[in-house]
Amino acid sequence: MTTTTEFTRPEPESGTPVPARRQRPRIPGWLRGVIWAVIAIAVMSTASYATGVSALTSSNTASTALRLALPILLCALGGLWAERSGVINIGLEGMMILGTWGAAWGAYYGGVWIGLLAAIGFGALGGLLHAVATVTFRVNHIVSGVAINLLGLGVAKYLANLIFEPISGNPRQSPTVPKFDTYSAVGLSDWLGSLEDEQRVGLSDVAGVLKGLVSGVAPLTMIAIVLIPVSYWVLWRTRFGLRLRSCGENPVAAESLGVNVYRYKYLGVLISGGFAGMGGASLVLLKGGADYLENQTNGRGYIGLAAMIFGNWRPGGLLGGAALFGYSDGLQLAGGGDAVLALLYGAVILLVIIVIVQLFRRRWIAAGVGVVGAGVLYAIYWTNDTLPSDLIPYTAHFVTLIVLAVASQRLRPPKADGALYRRGEGD
Amino acid sequence: MKSGVSSWRTRLLPPLLAIVFALLLSAIALIISGADPLQAYGTMVGQLFKGSTAVDTVNLGCVYYLSGLAVAIGFQMNLFNIGVEGQYRFAAVVAAIIGGALQLPPVLHTIVILLVAIVSGALYATIPAVLKVTRGVSEVISTIMLNSIVAGIIAFLVNADQFGVQTGNNVGTRQIAPSGRIPGIPIGSGTLFGFVFIAIVIGAAYWFMLNRTRFGFELKASGESSTAASAGGVSAKKMTLIAMLLSGAVAGLVAMPELLGRDYSYGITATQMYGFTGIAVALLGRNHPGGIAFGALLWAFLDTSAVSLEQINVSKEIATIMQGIIVLSVVVAYEIVRRADLAAEQRRVGRALAGNGRKGSSVAEGGAV
Amino acid sequence: MSATEAEAPDRGTPAVQLTGITKRFPGVVANSDVNLTVTAGEVHALCGENGAGKSTLMKILYGMQQPDEGAIEINGTEVRLRNPQDAIRTGIGMVHQHFMLADNLTVAENVFLGAEGLHGIGRAARSRLAKLAEQSGLHAKPDTLLEELGVADRQRVEIVKVLYRGAKIIILDEPTAVLVPQEVDALFDTIRGMKADGYTFLFISHKLDEVRAIADTVTVIRRGTTVGTADPKSITSHELAEMMVGSELPSPQTRESTVTDREVLRVRELRLSAEGSERNVLDDISFTVRAGEVLGIAGVEGNGQTELVETIMGMRKASGGHLELAEADGKARDLVRLGTLARREAGIGYIAEDRTRHSLLLTQPLWVNRILGYQTRKPVSGGQLLDIAGARKDTERIVREYDVRTPGIDVPAAALSGGNQQKLIVGRELSGNPVLLIASHPTRGVDVGAQALIWEQIRQARADGLAVLLISADLDELIGLSDTIRVMLRGRLVSEANPATVTPQELGSAMTGAAGEGEEVQ
Repeated sequence: MTTTTEFTRPEPESGTPVPARRQRPRIPGWLRGVIWAVIAIAVMSTASYATGVSALTSSNTASTALRLALPILLCALGGLWAERSGVINIGLEGMMILGTWGAAWGAYYGGVWIGLLAAIGFGALGGLLHAVATVTFRVNHIVSGVAINLLGLGVAKYLANLIFEPISGNPRQSPTVPKFDTYSAVGLSDWLGSLEDEQRVGLSDVAGVLKGLVSGVAPLTMIAIVLIPVSYWVLWRTRFGLRLRSCGENPVAAESLGVNVYRYKYLGVLISGGFAGMGGASLVLLKGGADYLENQTNGRGYIGLAAMIFGNWRPGGLLGGAALFGYSDGLQLAGGGDAVLALLYGAVILLVIIVIVQLFRRRWIAAGVGVVGAGVLYAIYWTNDTLPSDLIPYTAHFVTLIVLAVASQRLRPPKADGALYRRGEGD
Repeated sequence: MKSGVSSWRTRLLPPLLAIVFALLLSAIALIISGADPLQAYGTMVGQLFKGSTAVDTVNLGCVYYLSGLAVAIGFQMNLFNIGVEGQYRFAAVVAAIIGGALQLPPVLHTIVILLVAIVSGALYATIPAVLKVTRGVSEVISTIMLNSIVAGIIAFLVNADQFGVQTGNNVGTRQIAPSGRIPGIPIGSGTLFGFVFIAIVIGAAYWFMLNRTRFGFELKASGESSTAASAGGVSAKKMTLIAMLLSGAVAGLVAMPELLGRDYSYGITATQMYGFTGIAVALLGRNHPGGIAFGALLWAFLDTSAVSLEQINVSKEIATIMQGIIVLSVVVAYEIVRRADLAAEQRRVGRALAGNGRKGSSVAEGGAV
Repeated sequence: MSATEAEAPDRGTPAVQLTGITKRFPGVVANSDVNLTVTAGEVHALCGENGAGKSTLMKILYGMQQPDEGAIEINGTEVRLRNPQDAIRTGIGMVHQHFMLADNLTVAENVFLGAEGLHGIGRAARSRLAKLAEQSGLHAKPDTLLEELGVADRQRVEIVKVLYRGAKIIILDEPTAVLVPQEVDALFDTIRGMKADGYTFLFISHKLDEVRAIADTVTVIRRGTTVGTADPKSITSHELAEMMVGSELPSPQTRESTVTDREVLRVRELRLSAEGSERNVLDDISFTVRAGEVLGIAGVEGNGQTELVETIMGMRKASGGHLELAEADGKARDLVRLGTLARREAGIGYIAEDRTRHSLLLTQPLWVNRILGYQTRKPVSGGQLLDIAGARKDTERIVREYDVRTPGIDVPAAALSGGNQQKLIVGRELSGNPVLLIASHPTRGVDVGAQALIWEQIRQARADGLAVLLISADLDELIGLSDTIRVMLRGRLVSEANPATVTPQELGSAMTGAAGEGEEVQ
């Protein structure tokens, strides 16, 4: 959990003169990511060792987590593109549902790649609708998103009924569709596997996680992962990205500088829909996942949005968010209630580290809150042998809530995110 | 004075346009799938007069109405209480458990159950409200998470290890004794929920609160402009908290018509999605209690009569699509009409004042120094 | 007007020539037959009061709005400017009063945005940026996020942005409004340097001393039309002011003093810290307003006036000090613990500086707006229940008595012109039997008729024993209405002036800190 380093950062109010802020030495983003990854693995392997629950760092957990993180990651990327252009996209869920149907339909008739394309196309169609409503007609972004979620569900059900039912005999399910082949880094994977089996503290944990990540990887997974740096590069290093981001920060200024704000918002939301559709495809076209199934998205679009918020509207951050949710979800699937309880233990360790850091920074309140949180979690861990099995499947949701409660205030959304913009209305 | 024509146009035209538009689009979808749209629509309307469909529509409409009201309270203040879904289900399971455990005289028993439902709904809404006010967490995301979590809570609570009772394949809460139930009115082959009348009273109370009380004024003012409201002495944070709790309280009642009028027990298989329907209904009804009633009945009609489409081999999901299109096009239509109206109003004011306002051409005096 | 052409100094083709520009908005004429000639290589000041039509004119010149009539010539060729890009292409750049910058982008990104076609966004662009930054005195690093810059640096970024696009004619829209005196001096040095490099400047301002300090030529605009052009070196400030306000303008003079001994508002050592830092936005503010007195607060915008008002109203929480309000019966009440509504109920009327954000519910009808801030009081409310009939009746009374020009009380507030909105607000705030009126820029952006009416109403209320705290950027308004003037600078009340004897010039220099702190300006 990459949070609580700074509870309150003063947000300068717009318009009032602010003194130049003290420049902090900047750690490059990739390095910060590596540091957090190292801390996370260290904490989890300590917890795994202390509690004796090896599922925390097993290769099984890691590969399940990767599979479960993928749709969330793609939705989060979709959210990133829309919100960087200033359009809140809560319709990701609906676009994702359209994507699942498109993926199954395309894959059934044309193979996996056609399925992927169809999923992107259907998702983008949902995006187009969202763009027409929010950009052209200036409908409230959340209202439009909610409507698209309704519509996406309805259209997918209708089409499933129309097209899948005659084949599969079940209106709620598609016929069996082909899946992406998977590839493993053969030598590496075996070597990591033997390391994992040796049960050496630390080393075996790292090996387990890595093995899970390099075994049985589908092309779609690789594409999704590559899309993170690609998104970063396009949004932050190209003229197109600069213009798109300027629409999310200050559309009036962008307009005054000759940027066609409508066009970039449309493109942002279209791409966003495409990513969400791809997220849908990742539910249908990967081995281990179901074929098209009614309600199979199960709120992942929303969780993707939460992952993006958690990631502070940045590609690297949302990867962290998606990994966190994928991990907590994968853990409960692979390890059940015991593993989630061990996760609590890990959270306690993490909190203790954070409290120490806060004490060094002389942030007494933050440290105090951390101590209380750690105490409560430890009490839960100590008094329970296992957690109620009915609640275990919602681990990721609980984690989302807690993470947002802790992290929301130090986030920096695009300034004009969700604002209704109209050409020529600035002053 | 605002003319009657303009008010008619603002209020009724958009939903009508949206419905017509939805009918047209669905007709296209029907034609593509090889069905006759006229026959399909005819079958749906005809179904209304068969069996208990009309009564079922009103009963279901009553549920949607409560849900729509709950959402509308949040909307008034620009709050998106997407969590009505979670709030009503949480309230339903808690009220069903407590109602099933209690032995009280009639009426009192019912009142206690309703109060428990109201309090539980508000309680579950407290979480996103507090997170928003103190930590700045968007209520949209937090309520969506809570909507999912509630399924786990229900499964946990109705588990036979906790408060549940196993009946056949279904697990549910203990049956509520007849003393706690709300009797219905038999009409034809169906029974009209007695709760319908309570819902009408709640609708009237909502209207009164919004239009005649200081609280309603502050709620609306805060929703329209938090800055102007705060200069007028209304604390946005306080209003957020109260609006969310009130919304949750009404949400708590959503499942009561069915629980106290038909099911008497709440199980894991109980119908879901009433909360999301409430969003659509509130949007359609423009947060107005009358409009919400119309929206709720329309929605219920589409749901109950869609079943009849199977008789003519048309997928009943066409009704869901229609609903989706109606929501989206109604918000677009409201926006267009609103913009047109404001422009017309400005022109009218401009015209009315021509000759009084400042006229550039008459001030061309002055000159060189 | 004939003077405009006749007196245009003969220094080659004019860089900008506007002829007969007219622009109408629904219900108002913003510009009417405007003529303006700007010579190449000069600093040309465009002077006029708030709401005189300067900004509309500049938006027309920058292509953001199209004139209904008239012609624009740039360097001798007639052009049609349909959008800012057209203007940029002809070499016009604009530094907006409200900066057109994105906080979450870096300095370099803000500069390159929209002009990526010139040098890309890579190394070539950066070296060009470095050169221009040098020329215009911008010292911030190109990769700094904009939100980390102060106001003066942001302004430099805006100037660099304009230069980067190859502008030769630069419009500066009230560039000094947000700057402290040293920053103004530095800006003027930059402008002089760039003028020597051949740039032409159109400098919009309503501050006469600045115009005299920097401009080569000054054109005055009043109520939407140009009324004359002059040489600022030879014209007196008095003559210039007369051109700006016109002779028939109702003077805001308060006739005889009505100040009593009864103290109504006592402010002692009031302090307010900026959120999340130790910096004081308000520092040790003490003053008293008496019944029948208008206390004027003068100051350059952004020196804490807004914060002072919002702290007194309870919209911001003071970090220290005392606030007391004496009610009509003379009993003093401590305001510090009260919320905004309770303070209003104690008898404070409040005319906010930004009426669309703070005083009105724009989409609601006028009678609903009458209730805002009075939702607990008669005649519009009986406590917890609203009195709709009472609200409607009282709104009709206000519309009548305060001459609000509207077809009825059911039109939304947004449909009214600024002046009529303000008359409604003044009427509302004077209707609650206030003992104290806080008037923040009460006549900003309103037409002359409304201005006269508002002044008259304030004067009358003062004669009836109302205490008034007046904040204004219009020095004539301040001098004309106030019984006492205090000057606010960097969050402190630094000096006091007697409106009977002080001139706008003296007040102006006190506002910029030139007169030295703690002195009495006379």
